[in-house]
Amino acid sequence: MRTLYTFHGGVHPDEHKLESSELPSAQAPLPQRLVLPLQQHIGAKAKAIVQAGDKVLKGQLIARAEGMVSAALHAPTSGTILSVDLNAVPHPSDLPEQCITLAPDGEDRWIDRFPLDYRTLSKTELLAKLRDGGIVGLGGAAFPTHVKFSSSQSIQTLVLNGAECEPWITTDDLLMRERAAEIVQGIAVLRYLLEPAETLIGIEDNKPQAISAMQKACANTGIEVVSVPTLYPTGGEKQLLKVLTGKEVPSGGFPLNIGVVCSNVATAYAVHRLIAHGEPMISRMVTITGSVKTPQNFEVLIGTPIEELVKLAGGALPDSEGYILGGPMMGLHVDDGSLPVVKGTNCIIVKSPQLFPPPPLALPCIRCIRCAQACPADLQPQELYWFAKAKNFDKAKKYDLFDCIECGACAYVCPSHLPLVQYYRFAKSEILAHEKEQASADAARVRYEFRLERIEREKHEKAERLAQKEKAALETSKQAAAPADSAQSLIQAAIERARQQAAAAKPHNIEQLTPAQQAQVAEIEARRAEAHELAHQKDTPHETNNAD
Amino acid sequence: MLDAILVMSGIAIALGAVLGFSAIKFKVEGNPLVEKIDAILPQIQCGQCGYPGCKPYATAIAAGEADINKCPPGGEEGIRKLAALLGVEFKPFGAGTVPKPKAVAFIDENICIGCTLCLQACPVDAISGAAKQMHTIITSECTGCELCVAPCPVDCISMVILPQTIQNWKWQYPVYTLVQAK
Repeated sequence: MRTLYTFHGGVHPDEHKLESSELPSAQAPLPQRLVLPLQQHIGAKAKAIVQAGDKVLKGQLIARAEGMVSAALHAPTSGTILSVDLNAVPHPSDLPEQCITLAPDGEDRWIDRFPLDYRTLSKTELLAKLRDGGIVGLGGAAFPTHVKFSSSQSIQTLVLNGAECEPWITTDDLLMRERAAEIVQGIAVLRYLLEPAETLIGIEDNKPQAISAMQKACANTGIEVVSVPTLYPTGGEKQLLKVLTGKEVPSGGFPLNIGVVCSNVATAYAVHRLIAHGEPMISRMVTITGSVKTPQNFEVLIGTPIEELVKLAGGALPDSEGYILGGPMMGLHVDDGSLPVVKGTNCIIVKSPQLFPPPPLALPCIRCIRCAQACPADLQPQELYWFAKAKNFDKAKKYDLFDCIECGACAYVCPSHLPLVQYYRFAKSEILAHEKEQASADAARVRYEFRLERIEREKHEKAERLAQKEKAALETSKQAAAPADSAQSLIQAAIERARQQAAAAKPHNIEQLTPAQQAQVAEIEARRAEAHELAHQKDTPHETNNAD
Repeated sequence: MLDAILVMSGIAIALGAVLGFSAIKFKVEGNPLVEKIDAILPQIQCGQCGYPGCKPYATAIAAGEADINKCPPGGEEGIRKLAALLGVEFKPFGAGTVPKPKAVAFIDENICIGCTLCLQACPVDAISGAAKQMHTIITSECTGCELCVAPCPVDCISMVILPQTIQNWKWQYPVYTLVQAK
C-alpha cells in the first residue's frame, strides 16, 4: 500500500458525476460543418496549408506546427475546405480567431495510415511524430505533448492523471472504464520516451469502476494504479504530484524540477491511437451534461458545434440558457451554441438557472481567511485580492500570484461571494502585458543605442576614408612634381598634359578623301582665309576671335 | 598631547587612504539615476518631450531641467512611476498632450519611391529598404514614434492602430456592485 500525502486546502463541491457516467459512451455522428481554430493549444498558432475549395481526406494535415511549442491540425473527416478565415472560437475574450471550416462529404474516407512500432523509432523520431500528429494534453490546458516529453533530464516518476476532480465531468472515467488496454499501451509509449523509475496512475476514489478496469489492464506492466481521496482540486498537476509523491513543485517551477512528468490518461490514449493506428488527434471524448435530457459521453470530432452535441444528448431542457465548456469551477461560460469543440474541451454543461443560479451579489471582504484555508496552492488569496483590486501588481507578484492555478476554491468558499479568480486573472494578464511591454522597450533601447553607435562609427569611417584619400593624392603629386609650390605645379602639369593631348589629337576625317571632297575642303579653307582677312581689315581683335 | 595628535592624524591618514582607494575602486560610471529613469521611459524615441530621445530626456529629468509629465507614450502610469522614483508629486499631462493607443507605421508600397528619407528618420532601424528600392516597416520592431511620417515626400506612410486579438487581449477589471447587507 502506497503512502499518500495531502495538499493544503481543497473543497468538496457537489460531484454531479452520476448523471453522465451511467450510460456507456457513444460515437457522435458527422456534423454539418466543422470549425477548426488554428490555435487550440498553448504556444504558437499552427499555419494553415490548405485553401478554400481544397478536398481533404480524414486525418490529412491541414495546418502544420509552427515553431517549437506548437501542434499540428488534421482534418477530422473527409470533405471540402469552405474557408480559412476569422471565426468565433471558445475564448473568454469573444474575439474571433483564424479557423479552417470544413464541410464533410459524408464518406469519412481515411488518408493512408501507417501504424508504427514505437520500439523501432528513436526518441527524436517519436517526438516528431507526436508533434506532427497534433497531440496536446487533453486535461484542459492543451499543452503540446512533444514539448513535455522532450526533457533530457532523468525522470523519477511518470504520473498519469486520471483524477478528474471537477464536478460534472466524466470523460476520463468513461475512457478508463471502456478503453483501459489502449490507455496502457499509450502509457508504454510515454514510458519508452522518458524511461521513468516508476509509473503511477492517480484516480480519485469516486471512480471505482475505472480503478478496477485500469488495475486489470495494468497487471504485470509495472504501472501502479493509485486510488486517491476525492477532494477538489486533486486533478491539478501539482496537487496530484503532492498527493502521490509527497514532493512539492517549487514556486514558479514545473514538475520537471522535481523529476516528475504528469500527463492526462486521455493524452496517453491519443498517443496510442497515433502510434499504433496512425490516427492523428482528430477526435476526443466529451461529456454532455447539465440541463439536458440524457447526459452522456460522446466520442466527438474536433470542430463539432456544441449545439449539435446538445441535440445528441436529447436536447436542452426548457428554461436552459448558455453553456459551460469544462467544469463549473474552472470552465468557460459561453452563450453561443455554434462554437466548436476544441482539443481542450472535455465537457459541455448546459446551464439552467436551477442548476447554476446567478451568483449572489458580492459583499465586502470580511477577512475571514476561509479562502486561505481552502487554497490548494497554499497562497494568501485575500492578500492577492487586495493587491489585484488596488492594482498593486508588484506586491501581488511578490505574494506568488503566478502560483495560483485559478481553481476557484477560494471563490467557492468566499462568504462574500467575491469573484476572486477574476481579480487574479486580471492581475496576471496585466503583469504579463507589462512584462511584454518592458521587453519590447528594452529591445527598442538596444536598437536605438546601436543606431547611434552605428551613425557615429560611419561618420568616423567616412572621415578616415577622406583623410586617407587626400593623403594618397598628396603623395602622388609630391612624387610627380618638383618640390615647388604643389598646387601651382599641379596646375602647370595639367596644362602641359592638355596641350600635349591637343597636339597629339588630329581630325579623323582628313585622310583618304575623294578628289571631290578634297576640292570641297580646299574651297572651304579658301573662304575661311577670306573671312579671316576681312576680319583683320575691320581691325577689332575681339570680333576676330568671334569670327574665328 | 603629541601622542593624541599623532593618533588622530594617523587615523585621518588611514581613513583618507581607504576613502581614496574606494573612490577609485568603486567608481560609478555615469549617473545611476539616469539609468533608472531611462528604464521607466517607454523607449519609443519619439521626441515628443522635446528631447532627441528617451535617454536625453532621462538625463534632463535627472538634472532637474525637465518636468516628468512630458512623455505621452508612457501614459499616466509612467508619470506615476517617475514621481515615485524621484519622490515628487504626480503631475497630470499638460493641455494638448493625450496618450494615443499603440500604433505602428505602415508604408503603402504602391506609392513608395524608395527615397530612404524614412530610413534615416527611424530611431530604431525598423525600416528595411535601400535607395530606389521599396521600403517596408519591420512591424515587430516599430515603436510607433511617427518620426518617419513627416519626412516622406509622397505621404505613403500612415499609422495603423494595432487591432485587439486573442494574443494581446487582457482580462478586464472585475466590475460588480457592492450592496448593503440586509
